[in-house]
Amino acid sequence: MTQNISRRSFIKGGIAACAVAASGIPTSASGADKDKQLATLLDIGKCIGCGACVEACREVNAGKFPEPKKPFPKMYPDRAKPEDWSEKKDINDRLTPYNWLYIQSADVTVNGEEKTITIPRRCMHCTNPPCVKLCPWGSAKQLENGISRIDPDLCLGGAKCKDVCPWEIPQRQTGIGLYLDILPAFAGNGVMYKCDRCYNRIAEGRLPACIEVCPENVQTIGPRDEIIKKAQTLAKETNGYIYGENENGGTNTIYVFPVPFDVLNKAIETGKGKPHLKSVSDSMGKANNLVAAMAIAPIAGIAAAVGTFYKYSKKENEEKKDEQK
Amino acid sequence: MSRNKNIYYLYLLTILFITLSGFGQMPIFKRYYIADIPGMGWLARFYITHYIHYICAALIIGITSYAAADYLLLSGKKSKLTVTGYLRAALISGLIATGILLVIRNFEGYVFSHNLIIFLDLSHLTLVMLFLFTSLYCLIFKKKWTTS
Repeated sequence: MTQNISRRSFIKGGIAACAVAASGIPTSASGADKDKQLATLLDIGKCIGCGACVEACREVNAGKFPEPKKPFPKMYPDRAKPEDWSEKKDINDRLTPYNWLYIQSADVTVNGEEKTITIPRRCMHCTNPPCVKLCPWGSAKQLENGISRIDPDLCLGGAKCKDVCPWEIPQRQTGIGLYLDILPAFAGNGVMYKCDRCYNRIAEGRLPACIEVCPENVQTIGPRDEIIKKAQTLAKETNGYIYGENENGGTNTIYVFPVPFDVLNKAIETGKGKPHLKSVSDSMGKANNLVAAMAIAPIAGIAAAVGTFYKYSKKENEEKKDEQK
Repeated sequence: MSRNKNIYYLYLLTILFITLSGFGQMPIFKRYYIADIPGMGWLARFYITHYIHYICAALIIGITSYAAADYLLLSGKKSKLTVTGYLRAALISGLIATGILLVIRNFEGYVFSHNLIIFLDLSHLTLVMLFLFTSLYCLIFKKKWTTS
């Protein structure tokens, strides 16, 4: 039933996104409603760590995986190192350009019982994604439905998206992409890859592969406001803990864990390609607060000029009066 | 502009930092060891350069508004903008316009078309390059903003 409701909501969301697309709004700026972005709910209490989602992700997205040209061009200075995953395509215990989803596990105590919790990890699809907003070339994109994806035809592989991502999700493959046609020795270093939440399947009205194949129906997808309500209800019913609702200002990947995420964070293996589960403050929000200064600046500037003009006029009038005397 | 020396020096300092932090939006300073120079490490920290760029943008908007209002009310009656003055003013206006759109884009819920984002990114970069070359030309050939 849950899955049925989810599918219905998902189709509704898809129709709404299509309507927006048909109206031509994507050709200009539009204030997309965060609540209507498509979000996924992961009920971690249901996950058995079978890895079906990981396999499905690899299979469905195989055509998007990099096929680098070798040998890689020599890069200068030496600090720029190539990153090559093309000989390690089978790695599935971390995020790589060939593995956009993996299962993280944590041994924890739940209600006095030792338990292994398994967590599918991939891009969180932030509602205001720093990887997209801070990409210097516009090669990372956010779609109207909230999906963030990296365009492999535009990405130069500078890895800024990875540096500004609170979870360091995007992963680089050298020897592919636009940089090869520009200055491969001096700028760029390949293409960044990460989960695009099967944007092409969603555009066709289908579910992302990881959701479709899950035998335990761990994930549901739908408009964010509905998913948040579901997550809150689920958390109440199961005494669970929500992760992703407010992290980095809000994400479109909402986890409900049976144990607090700070406990889980200590129990999971973190590091390169293995994202943490810490609390994350709003990365973009801090800078956006400075915009108030930009709004006040022209008023202050004009006021200062008017003040100078007033002083000057007053002085000039006084001088004229003195001359008349 | 140079009538008020303090504002002129603030303008020069702001141009220096907004340019550095602007180029710092690209991952180049670490790769080319510039961030290794003592005191320059901040250039490789993307959020720091982002904040500094925003603060300097507010200062540039303030100084430009002051200069424009001052020119219209007072100094424009005594002296006129030179050709290079008009050119620099136009380039700064273009930078402010594209910058404002990029700032709006950075707010949550604003999804711009991909082509518009690429256009804004590239035009902002092109305008700053043109502004820097024009400023360098004016510095070398002692071209002033106004006729006196």
